[in-house]
Amino acid sequence: MAKRKGIESSIALADSVAMCRVDAISAYPITPQTHIVEHLSEWVNDGELDAEFLPVESEHSAMSAACGMSAVGARTFTATSSQGLALMHEILFLTPSLRLPVVMAVANRALAGPISIWNDHSDIMAERDIGWVQIFAENGQECFDLTPLCFKVAEDKRVHLPMILNFDGFIVSHMIEPIEYWTQEQFDHYLPPFEPQIRLDTRAPSVMGAVGVPEIYYEAKMAQHNALLDSKAVVVEALESLEKEIGRKYNIVESYRADDADVVMVLLGSLVETCMTAVDNLREKGLKVGIVRPRLWRPFPKEEFIAALGNIPVLGICDRSFTFGAAHHPVASEIKSALYDSEKRPIICEYMIGIGGRDIRVQEFEQMFMQLLEVKTTGKALPIQYVGVRS
Amino acid sequence: MEKFNVFASKLIPEAELFSPGHKACQGCAPALALRYLLKAAGPNSMVANATGCMEIISSAYPDMAWGVPWIHVAFENAAAVAGGLESGIKVLQRKGKIDKGHINVIAIGGDGGTFDIGLQALSGMLERGQDVLYLCYDNEAYMNTGIQRSSGTPIFASTTTSPAGKSVPGQRTFKKDLAGIAAAHNVSYVATASVAYPFDFMEKVKKALATRGSKLIHIFAPCPTGWKSQPKDIIKLARLAVQTGIFPLYEYQGGVYNMSLDLPFLKPIKTYLKIQGRYRHLTDDMINIIQEDLNLRYDWLKGLAALSQQEAK
Ligand SMILES: Cc1ncc(C[n+]2csc(CCOP(=O)(O)OP(=O)(O)O)c2C)c(N)n1
Ligand code: SF4
Ligand SMILES: [Mg+2]
Repeated sequence: MAKRKGIESSIALADSVAMCRVDAISAYPITPQTHIVEHLSEWVNDGELDAEFLPVESEHSAMSAACGMSAVGARTFTATSSQGLALMHEILFLTPSLRLPVVMAVANRALAGPISIWNDHSDIMAERDIGWVQIFAENGQECFDLTPLCFKVAEDKRVHLPMILNFDGFIVSHMIEPIEYWTQEQFDHYLPPFEPQIRLDTRAPSVMGAVGVPEIYYEAKMAQHNALLDSKAVVVEALESLEKEIGRKYNIVESYRADDADVVMVLLGSLVETCMTAVDNLREKGLKVGIVRPRLWRPFPKEEFIAALGNIPVLGICDRSFTFGAAHHPVASEIKSALYDSEKRPIICEYMIGIGGRDIRVQEFEQMFMQLLEVKTTGKALPIQYVGVRS
Repeated sequence: MEKFNVFASKLIPEAELFSPGHKACQGCAPALALRYLLKAAGPNSMVANATGCMEIISSAYPDMAWGVPWIHVAFENAAAVAGGLESGIKVLQRKGKIDKGHINVIAIGGDGGTFDIGLQALSGMLERGQDVLYLCYDNEAYMNTGIQRSSGTPIFASTTTSPAGKSVPGQRTFKKDLAGIAAAHNVSYVATASVAYPFDFMEKVKKALATRGSKLIHIFAPCPTGWKSQPKDIIKLARLAVQTGIFPLYEYQGGVYNMSLDLPFLKPIKTYLKIQGRYRHLTDDMINIIQEDLNLRYDWLKGLAALSQQEAK
């Protein structure tokens, strides 16, 4: 059955892509994503993977070529990070509007300038509105497990939208971890072959990407919005069948020791694991702290998130990127607006952490939790806390 | 060109894969180029179209002009999208997921989408040697956005961003050598064509599509709206461009250049310039500059053809 390997997360992710029997890959190098596509090109050039690997001349062309590949019905993958994702920006909007189920792994990294190869979430938070399904993996195992999920959801005929798998650059991408590999039979059982609903075919000519005159543009965008909202149910379903397949349970909103908590922290990505250690330490001291986090980022699982919070009175929200000049940074902005309609509006404190690879330690999370507990007593929210920044 | 006499118009398929009823202006040569292109390429073709006049006039939902599968993604990436189509078709055919049998993958872009913003994607696709025919229809400006200059706009032409002003008399720069750039990628086939020579063009399309690897055809396609010319003069202009030598027709294959026409002499450029509003402001000095530049380029090309043919022997 499934075997465990000590392996770098990027390589495991690439293996997972190969085991999904990907047809076509377009790629351009950028740290810290590069190991994924390097590994895939090795597979292809060694004849181990029957796929086309197109080493394009830019990320803009990587996404453009991915659109072409997917348009003829190929199971298509690409990966990028930071500047590469930003360079794709224009085309990222086209992939979902053409309903092309491309899957992309994004090793989250800071955006220049100043140039930084280190991890934060500025690349992906600048692409919140592109219309892709977006999910976060927190470690190498999740990268491996959620790759077939991405193809399954994206290619589902009820969805037919592209999907991004986010994971933290270096912290996850370059980490060597024990990862449990699925068998090829499990992949094949979980992920059926891609059967596109629409494809370019010379026997039945069709047009993709027509002009959107004012009489139809609005309706086209509305349909796209609804399709993305509706994909949530398909993600839930795909997570359930993933559990049946391999026994690991993932949820669109994850909770950690939050049931009876007085205060919880919200955060995305791999720092959750550090935060969990802080929770365990404080719990040992009898302090009721926990974590609630959306794993699915787009569509945003508003109802599930509100339900997971229950009656928790105080919330800390961690952001890992700036929205310059805005009232709130992206994650806080999303969650505050989601909670506005909720009857049980908790007190919210915002934290900026881990910018451009700045380390954040267990003690810092513990301090943040202590602060939140104090807020619970005073009943007064704090201004946005920029953790660890020097003046 | 040897086949001109046998290539009677009767042999051209009647089927219109680029259907009439699209929204191009009267006398639009680029639309004519697409019509000829698809007559030569036939139904076993797939098109990736860059943003521009031809994309807009042919795809206003629900009035589609295309009788072959067609995709438009953006302005600067037709070559990359076509490269994706080619890769996708290749792998799906290899894996038996779609029917085997050759499919012509064609990318289409205007001069702006090709010479300027799409040059990088084009270079990438050509360098990778992908089995794609890139067709650049050259109307010598960004027409779709209102006649702005591109690097395909010839010197002194007045456009909305290179207006003929009191101190700057129109476009400041000479036209970029697109076919030369493509040839420098050592691709399978490069040709120039003109809408005034439809048989020559269609023969070149067929030749290109019969050749594996990346190919580029650069077709001269006047725009009455942007050039401030009469629709009735469009074919005449496309012919004069060839006969004056400002747009010579040639092919490049396997390192060898071949002139497509054997012109005994070149007509003076003035005959060509004077029926275009975009050149209304030209002085004799300016006309001389244009004439001298084209003479140099034409002689250089003929020399290149002679030399490369000699080398090949
Ligand atoms: C990235 C981007 N920049 C600018 C535009 C605006 N734009 C659309 S078509 C066009 C000009 C097209 O010119 P050309 O390629 O020569 O084709 P033509 O319209 O002349 O047929 C421009 C500038 C765009 N669509 N995308
Ligand atoms: S502006 Fe020129 S190129 Fe565009 S449709 Fe009209 S004639 Fe054709
Ligand atoms: Mg143009």
